[in-house]
Formats: sequence, C-alpha cells, structure tokens
Amino acid sequence: MKTLADLYVQQFKTTFASMLQYRASLVIWMIAHVLEPLVYLIVWSTVSSTSGGSVGDYTTREFAAYFIVMMLVNHLTYTWIMYEYEYRIREGALSFALLKPVHPIHSDIADNISSKLITLPGMLLVAVVLAFLFHPAANVAPWAIVASVPALLLAFLLRFLLEWSLAQVAFWTTRVGAINHTYYILVLFLSGQIAPLTLFPSPIQAAAAVLPFRWMIGFPVELLLGRLTPSEALTGLAAQTAWLILALVVVRIVWRAGVRAYSAVGA
Amino acid sequence: MTAPAIHIRDLRKIYVVSEREAGAIAALQSLVHRRTAEIPAVDGISFDLAPGEMVGFLGPNGAGKTTTLKMLSGLLYPTAGEATVLGYVPSKRDKAYLRQITLVMGQRNQLVWDIPPMDSFELNRAIYRIPPADFRSTLDELTELLDLGPLLRKPVRNLSLGERMKCEIAAALLHRPQVVFLDEPTIGLDVTMQRRIRTFIAEYNRRFGATVLLTSHYMADVEALCRRVIVIHHGKLLFDGDLSNLVQKFTAHKTIVVQLEDCSADLRSYGEVVSCTDGLFTLRVPRAETAHVTERLLADLPVIDLLVEDSPIEEVIERVFAQEGS
Repeated sequence: MKTLADLYVQQFKTTFASMLQYRASLVIWMIAHVLEPLVYLIVWSTVSSTSGGSVGDYTTREFAAYFIVMMLVNHLTYTWIMYEYEYRIREGALSFALLKPVHPIHSDIADNISSKLITLPGMLLVAVVLAFLFHPAANVAPWAIVASVPALLLAFLLRFLLEWSLAQVAFWTTRVGAINHTYYILVLFLSGQIAPLTLFPSPIQAAAAVLPFRWMIGFPVELLLGRLTPSEALTGLAAQTAWLILALVVVRIVWRAGVRAYSAVGA
Repeated sequence: MTAPAIHIRDLRKIYVVSEREAGAIAALQSLVHRRTAEIPAVDGISFDLAPGEMVGFLGPNGAGKTTTLKMLSGLLYPTAGEATVLGYVPSKRDKAYLRQITLVMGQRNQLVWDIPPMDSFELNRAIYRIPPADFRSTLDELTELLDLGPLLRKPVRNLSLGERMKCEIAAALLHRPQVVFLDEPTIGLDVTMQRRIRTFIAEYNRRFGATVLLTSHYMADVEALCRRVIVIHHGKLLFDGDLSNLVQKFTAHKTIVVQLEDCSADLRSYGEVVSCTDGLFTLRVPRAETAHVTERLLADLPVIDLLVEDSPIEEVIERVFAQEGS
C-alpha cells in the first residue's frame, strides 16, 4: 500500500511537470470543456425563457445551475484514455508498460487525477463567472452535499474503469474511432449531458436507469442540485456500486484477453 | 555446473497475418474471405546462457532477433517450445521476474519526453520499489559511468540522440536487473558515443555480473563485447560459438594488404585484386594458400610493407547469410 502511494505521488509529479510544459494546450482543453456545456446552457435558457420561463420541471435559472454543475462534474469524471490507448498500442509504447512490475492502470489513474487537479482552479473560476452571468438557482440540502462526495468518487471510478475497458478495444482493432464516437453519442444522450434526463420520454429515462451512463455523470449533478429524495440518492449510490463492481470484473477480463492478443500478434 | 540464466529449447513464434493482392477487387474479396498466412519469425531455436555471460545475437533485419528478445522479456507468447529465464517462464510476466530484467530498445523511448530524465528515474524508482539508498548509489554509479551529470535536469526533448540513449539505458538499469536484453542499443549513434555505450555495457556486466544478450547491426559492438555469438537467419539458428570460430568456419579467404611503389604491377596471378590506391593493394587469397602467396609476393616484388588479415567480420556475416539465402 505504501509503495503504491509512492507510485501515485511520483506519477502526480511527472504529470504536473509534463502538463506545465504546455500551458497553452491546457487552456485550449479547458475552453473545450467549458464551451460544450455552455452551448447547451444557452440553448436551454433560450428555449425556457421563450416558453414561459420553464421546460418540464426546470426553470431558466435551474437550467443554468444544471449545466454549470454538469460542467464541473464532467470535468472531474472525464478521461481521454480511449484516444491515448490507441496511440500507445499503435506506437508500441505499451510494451514499456508491460515490462514494468506494476499494473499500468495505476499510472493512468494517477495521471488522470493529477491533470484534473491542475485544471480544477481554472474550472471553478469559470463556474463563478458563469454563475454571475446566468443567475443559477437550486434547492440544495446539506445531506445532499455530503452524499455527493461518495457519488462523485464512484462516478469518477465508474467512468474511468468503463472507458479504460473500452480503450482496450484497441488491442483488437486499429479502427477505434467509430467505437469511440458511438460511445460518445450514448453518453451525450443517456448521461444527462445534453439535457436533464427528466426531460426525455419515459422509455429513454427507463433505459438510462439501467445503463451505466447516468451513474457516471447525471446522478451526481441531480444530487448536488437537490433534485433527489434521500431514498433516490441511496438507490443511486447502490446502482453506482453495483456498476463499479461489474466494471472491475470487466477490466480484469478485458485486460487479460487484450494482453494475450497483443502478445500474440507482436508487441 | 550452475543452472543457466537463460534457457531456450525449440522456441518458435509464428505470426498469423492476413494478406491480399493489391487493388480494389482484392480488397472487396478480402471482406468476405480473409486469407491468412503463417510467418515463422522464430523457427525452433535452442541455446543456453550462463549467469554473467555476455552474448552477441546476430542476424539481418527480420531474422527473428527482436521477436526472440520480446519472448524472453514476456512481451510475446511463444507459439511453441520452452523458455526460462532465471527459472521463470517469461510469458507469465511474474512481477518478481519483471523486477529482475530489462529490455532496452534502441529505437523506442520510455523516458517522458517533456520533463528531465531525473523525473522519469524517480518514477522508475517508485515502480520498481527501489529502496532510496540503493537508488542513490546506483544512480551515482550510472551517472559517473555514463557521464550523465549535466543531462539529468534538462528536458528529454532537448537532449541529443546520444545523450537520450545514455539516459534511456540508465533508466532501464536503475533497478539493477540480473538479465539485460539490449536490442540495437547503439543504433543511429556516432562512433564515439557507440564506443562510450559499449564500454559502459562491458563495465555493467563486470560490476554486477549481469547476463547480457545484445543485438546490434554494428559488428564493432559485438566484436568488442562478446566472445560468444549466436547467429540466426530466417528464424533458424545458424551458428552458436566463439566469434573467432565463426570467422574460421565461414571464411575461406584471407586478405593480404601489400604496399608497393605504385599500382602499375599486375598481381592477378597471386589472388583476387580487390583494390589498389597509391600502391596499396588489397588481395583476397584462399585461406590455405595464404602462406605460400605471401612468400611469393615477398620474393617477387619490391614490397615496402605487407599485412595478412582475416576478412572483416561484416563481410563474414554477409557471406554467411548469402550462403544460407541461396
């Protein structure tokens, strides 16, 4: 455990040092992360104000709150591992990871967390500015804030493990772009990224409840905005835990099979 | 007799690749019916290396050298045959095994590009769980041997190819591996840097008693470092033994270099004239006739200087592969 902690600390330092070399690209990435939710925010605010101040169970100011919190939750949970893996396998960089006496997922997790810590202050600043511009409103209960801490952590781990498993597809095909794109569309609609899930027709809401995407992104947002009852929150945490356990099993299986495939065709 | 550090018996690796003719119709056909071909990259080779031995692994491009090294370092599963290194089966990628080996690939980098090598070294310290005191002393030793002092704090991308290679090698050896696989460690480096790395490898082998298996295109590397060489071609073992025996086995000729006044003399009756510049003739003579020809040359001609040499090792190797290829 202590040695693993040491590895995480060293990986933090390495990522920090690498990222600070490219301050311009950091800013560009952040702009991308702000722009997408900002576009949805503006679209929904406009729709809401032109249709009498609300759509479904969201008022104009609640939309603002939803997308600002969505921006932060998405920032805390997103990964770029699917693109990274394709590159690693194509360039043979994975061979070095396989030579090391430690599972490569540890470096990836540490790398992911540290790069987010670097950009988090910037994102919080953007959130404050957006709050001034769009006057968000929400009824947040203290218990919901407390519950959102494990919810966020589980959401991050679940999304990370799911996307890490999906990244392993690169072991079998060099054309992962199509898969990534399909996945991105599913996340966009079924996680609550493009619009709150309660605004969708009930079949889609039912699908979102059984699929993992909502538990990776939408659920912590709804929780933070005080839109869930305590029992809904507990059910959500349970669903997140169940998906996380499943994702861990999938990671193990896919990684083993992937390495076997990689070792068969030439590393 | 101690157990061998590396033990390989009838090791095989067959790649299955899909193939098709060029062109759109063939591309469409391949959608429906994919044709595959089996390419034996390593085709039943066997050898043992004793602990502490340093062996040169030779062969042209595509001979199966890298495939063999990758099987030994656990990156590739063998198709058949057996391989054990330090008593471990490499393909199991046991953590205890990975901690005792290293693979240096001259054409690939493990150092993080944008930050100084020292940061990558620290990362490796954590990955290999090297105790801080050991890390310090090994790093000091490597820094001294490879003259890394001024390089440790510069970003990797600002290092020259040679400087980067020195740092790559250091990063790969921080955990003091017992078995070192070197795949073209001097590729693309200038002669001085090649010599530097060569000296270092010899020194590492001596100090730590590590077993070293080295591939290189530069015969100078192999000549300087390895008494024993293993030659493979088309995945098959051609030769395993002393470098000097290789030369004897595969060269039927010796080279005689004769210095005369100028190039006007006709020496074709003595042997094959390879070249002549400023009176310096190079002759190729059958090995068995060397003594006789030398005698005749000295008796017949106003010889200023004369030298008998084995053919350069490159030429020997080239001939070995040419014979096998035909």
